[in-house]
Amino acid sequence: MLKIADRTFRSRLFLGTGKFSSAETLKKTIEASGSEMITVALRRVDLNDPSDDIMNVLDREKYLFLPNTSGARDAREAIRLARLARAAGSGDWLKLEVTPDPRTLLPDPIETLKATEELVKDGFIVLPYINADPVLALRLQDAGAAAVMPLGAPIGTNLGLITRFQVEIIIDQARVPVIVDAGLGAPSDAALAMEIGADAVLVNTAISVAGDPVKMAAAFARAVEAGRWAYEAGLGKKSSEASASSPTTGLDFIKS
Amino acid sequence: MKITCNGETKEITPNTTLISFIRDMNLNPDTVVAECDGRIVKREEYDNMFLSEENVLELIRFVGGG
Repeated sequence: MLKIADRTFRSRLFLGTGKFSSAETLKKTIEASGSEMITVALRRVDLNDPSDDIMNVLDREKYLFLPNTSGARDAREAIRLARLARAAGSGDWLKLEVTPDPRTLLPDPIETLKATEELVKDGFIVLPYINADPVLALRLQDAGAAAVMPLGAPIGTNLGLITRFQVEIIIDQARVPVIVDAGLGAPSDAALAMEIGADAVLVNTAISVAGDPVKMAAAFARAVEAGRWAYEAGLGKKSSEASASSPTTGLDFIKS
Repeated sequence: MKITCNGETKEITPNTTLISFIRDMNLNPDTVVAECDGRIVKREEYDNMFLSEENVLELIRFVGGG
């Protein structure tokens, strides 16, 4: 079982709740994913659409809420959002996200580290979203981050695990769980992340924009499990030379 | 009297509490977090906090996000 801070998780698939076509689809998708932790964002209420309340379909008793600080451009904005999330009753868990550039949505490492230090002091359980930077991952771990969340590819791109080399170094070095977040576009990407030893993955866009999000969530759940099993089983070594799977002896009878 | 809520000017009667304002907006006070003049208002304060002229109020809640 996966343990992050003081919580254990049976499922190693975490689900983002953005970009779903309807609340009903979202609800069914969460169920199909088997996820026990779901991310949410904080935004101003649209006073002209007061009934559009996601809390009508999400069960706080059933799922751990991981509010994000999406939209924050620096540490100060992220900390403000974090405190609002806590006041909104989501507890101390936080996906820290500081993305100054809306074009790439790549995280600012310096502001992320600053905010992590401050929020850890303030009692938050901080899961920072980072570029796949092994040095930064260690710095955040030392600052008290409960896990690190390196990106597979930029948010919403579905490009897959293009940071594989760096993520492998992060996994090799980390003492805290490593959750590959963002960019995973297909179940095979999630399986790969798990095969190389990621502790969990967080997926949103690949599921929410799929033709059938409910079915895709189930596909990701199976891929994550398959990848984890493969990691635990231990993958065979790669080789540039062929090695026969069938015996190479006992062939005398066909040789003339 | 007038306050600003989520960037919009709202006319309210004197002695309006935060909780009654939130309900007047057809919102559920248990799923909305309020910031008044930059200060986060705790849920337990909603019932007894009176809004004042020119208060700048932000009502925020969880939405879908990744």
